[in-house]
Amino acid sequence: MEIYFDNSATTPVFPCVREVMMRTMEDDFGNPSSMHRKGMDAENYIRTAKTQIAKTLKVDEKEILFTSGGTESNNTAILGTVSANPRLGKHLITSAIEHPSVANTMHWLEGQGYRVTYLPVDHEGRISLEDLAAAIDDETVLVSIMMVNNEIGTREPIEEISRVIKEKNLNTIFHVDAVQAYGKYVIRPKKWGIDLMSVSGHKIHGPKGIGFLYIRDKVKINPIIFGGEQQKGLRSGTENVPGIAGLGAAAEEIYREHESRTAYLYGCKSRMTEGLLQLEGVTVNGPAVDDGAPHVVSASFAGVRSEVLLHALEDKGIYVSAGSACASNHPGLSSTLVAIGLDPKLLDCTLRFSFSIFTTEEEVDETLKALKELLPFLRKYTRK
Amino acid sequence: MEFQSFLIKYSEIGIKGKNRYVFEDKLVSQIARKLKTVEGQFSVSKVSGRIYVQAEAPYDYDETIDALQHVFGIAGICPQVQLPDEGFEELKRQVVAYMDEMYPDKNITFKVIARRANKHYPIDSNEINARLGEAILDAFPEIRVDVHHPDVYLYVEVREMINIYSQIIPGPGGMPVGTGGRAMLLLSGGIDSPVAGWMVSKRGVAIDAVYFHAPPYTSERAKQKVVDLARLVSKYSGQIQLHVVNFTEIQLYIYETCPHEELTIIMRRYMMRIAEKLAEKNGCQALITGESIGQVASQTLQSLAATNEVCTLPVFRPVIAFDKQEIVDIALKINTYETSIQPYEDCCTIFVAKHPVTKPNRKIIRKSETKLTKIDEMVETAMKTVETIVID
Repeated sequence: MEIYFDNSATTPVFPCVREVMMRTMEDDFGNPSSMHRKGMDAENYIRTAKTQIAKTLKVDEKEILFTSGGTESNNTAILGTVSANPRLGKHLITSAIEHPSVANTMHWLEGQGYRVTYLPVDHEGRISLEDLAAAIDDETVLVSIMMVNNEIGTREPIEEISRVIKEKNLNTIFHVDAVQAYGKYVIRPKKWGIDLMSVSGHKIHGPKGIGFLYIRDKVKINPIIFGGEQQKGLRSGTENVPGIAGLGAAAEEIYREHESRTAYLYGCKSRMTEGLLQLEGVTVNGPAVDDGAPHVVSASFAGVRSEVLLHALEDKGIYVSAGSACASNHPGLSSTLVAIGLDPKLLDCTLRFSFSIFTTEEEVDETLKALKELLPFLRKYTRK
Repeated sequence: MEFQSFLIKYSEIGIKGKNRYVFEDKLVSQIARKLKTVEGQFSVSKVSGRIYVQAEAPYDYDETIDALQHVFGIAGICPQVQLPDEGFEELKRQVVAYMDEMYPDKNITFKVIARRANKHYPIDSNEINARLGEAILDAFPEIRVDVHHPDVYLYVEVREMINIYSQIIPGPGGMPVGTGGRAMLLLSGGIDSPVAGWMVSKRGVAIDAVYFHAPPYTSERAKQKVVDLARLVSKYSGQIQLHVVNFTEIQLYIYETCPHEELTIIMRRYMMRIAEKLAEKNGCQALITGESIGQVASQTLQSLAATNEVCTLPVFRPVIAFDKQEIVDIALKINTYETSIQPYEDCCTIFVAKHPVTKPNRKIIRKSETKLTKIDEMVETAMKTVETIVID
C-alpha cells in the first residue's frame, strides 16, 4: 500500500498529459522555430496549450509566457519588473512567508541597493491590509504576495490587496505567486487586478520543468534570459514543447468539474483535520478548514520530531513532508511556521499532509490510524 | 610538452630494509590498479629501485596525474623524458630541446643536478652538470645559472636509460595500501570519520567500514550519504567493504531499559562491540574512529575510556588531538566535506538525551548494562542481518 500525501511538493501526471507529451517527443518533435511543417506542427501544440491555459483564467493567449517553472516565473516577475521600470522607484513589498524563490530574490535585490518591506503575518498566516497600505509609497515598484502558502495553506486576500495597492499608488505592479493556488481556486487576474502571476506545471499533475508567468497586457518587464529571441524575446531558448503541451493538458483537466472536486478535497481535509484533533497532543496550524486551501493540512505533534515521524510513516508507505519540502533540504527551520508564531517547541515537530483529487477517504483514515498507533510509541523515545 | 613516461618517487619505502621489495611490489600493483580507471593504457615497472609509469597509448594527462595523486606511497610524480644512451652529444641535444620546449620564456635561472647510477658511464656527475649547463647557456642567451635558488632544477639521471625531468608533482605520501594490514572504520556520515579512515589508510592500511543504520527513523538518504563517503575514501584506500548494521531494535531497547543520560555511552559501547565482532569476522586487526577529545559528550576522556573498555582490539583515533578546523581542512582536501555536511539525521542524533552524562562512571554504566538481558540475542540478530556493500 502506498499513500502519497505530499501533493504540495509534486504530483503524478494526468494520463492525458503523458499521452500528449509522448506525441510531442516521438512524432511531432519539431522545433517550433523551424520554418518547415515539422516546426509548424510543434508550434501548434504551443498555441493549443496557450488557449487551454488562457481559458482557465479568462485572459488573452498573448499574456502567457512559458518558463521552466514556479521559480523562474517568480524570478522573472521580480527581476524583470525592477529592471524594466527603474523610474517607478526602488522599493518592493512582500510577505514574511513567501517561497524561497521570491524571498531569496528579494534578499538579493536588497544587496543591490533596493529597499524591501517584509510584511508580517498573523497566527493564521495572513498579512494585514493596514500594514500593506502603510508600507506603500511613491517609490514602490512591486508588491509580491503569494495567493496560497505552501506550508500551511493560508489564502491571502488577493482582490483586497490589489485594491489597496491601486488606491495608494497606481503605478505599483502587483505580482502573485499562485503556484499552490492555481487549480485549487478559480482565479480571475483581470477582474482582480493582478499584473503578474506565477504558475508551475508539476503541482497540477503536469510535468516538471515547465510553468508560466501571466503578464497582463501593457505591463512592462525585461527578460532575465537572453538568446534566440523566442517568445518575443522575453524568454529565449527553444520552447519546451513536451512540457508546454503537458502543462496545457493539465490546466484544462485540473479545472474540469472544478466545483465538485474542490468540495471533495475539502471533505478529505475536514476528515483529516477532525481526525488529527482527536489525537492526543496534536494541533493543526493555519486557518480554519474552509478559510485555507482545500489540499493542505499542517499539524504539530508535541514531543515527536518531525523527521522521526516522517520516516516512521514512510515505513508504512505513507509519504508526507516535514514543514515544507522546498525548505526541507536546509537544516534551518521553516520561516512560515516561525512567522505565524508557532510555539518554538513545535517547530521541529510539524508535518504537512497535502492532497490531490486522487486522494481517497480510506487513505485519510489509514493515515490517521497509523498516526494513532505511532504517536504513543514514538513519544516513549522523546528527549527527556 | 607531451610526456610518455613518469618517474614515481617514494620516500619511506626506502627505509624498509629487507622488506623493501614487498612495499615496492605493492606500490607497483596499486599504481597499476588505479591507472585501470583512467583512459589510456599504461605499463608500470620497477627497475633497480625506481618505479616508472609508461603511457602505451594516448591518455589524458590531468586525469592520470590526479589518479596517481590518489595512490598512497607516492611522494612525487615526475613527468620525464626517457632516452637510451646514444652518446653525450646526443644527450646534450636532448637536454637543450627539453629546456626549450618546457620553458618558452627563457628569462629564468636553472641548475643541473645529475646523478650517475650507472657507474660505467664515462663522465661523472659533476662533469655532466658542468657540460650540460654550458650547453644550455650556449643555446639560450637569456638563461642564467643559479646554484643556490634556481627557478628550475633540471634532473638528469643516468641509469640503464637516461631520465630527464624538472617537475616533481607532490603525491599523497604515506605507504601503499595493503602493506599495513586491515582495520574496521566506524563511519558515521559526519566530517570526522572519513578523515580518520583516510589518515589510517595513508599508512598502508586497507579499510573495511561499518555504518549503524536505524530504519525507518534514519532515512535511506542518510545511508546513501555514507555510501557516497565510503566511495570518496575508497578513491585513496581502494576497495572498501561497507557493513550496514540495522541498529534500530538495539537502540530502542537501550532507550527503554537504561537511564536516559547514559544512552549515548551505552549505545556507543554496543557499536564498538559490534564493530569488533565484524572486524574479527573480516580479518581486521584494529578499529578506527573519528573521535576528537571534548568534541561532544561522548568524546570526553571519561567517555572514551568507557567506550574503549569494551574492545580488546586496538582502537585508532587519528584525529583525537585535532581541532575541528584542522579536521575540516583535511576533509576539504580529500573532497569529503561537502558530502559530510548534508543535513540528514543519523542514528546518533535521533534518539538522544537532552543532557547526556559527560563524565560517565564505568561501574555505573556496567551496572546499567546488566539490565539489558535480551541484548546478546539482539546483537546476534544484528550480526546476522548485516548488509555488506562492496565499494570500489
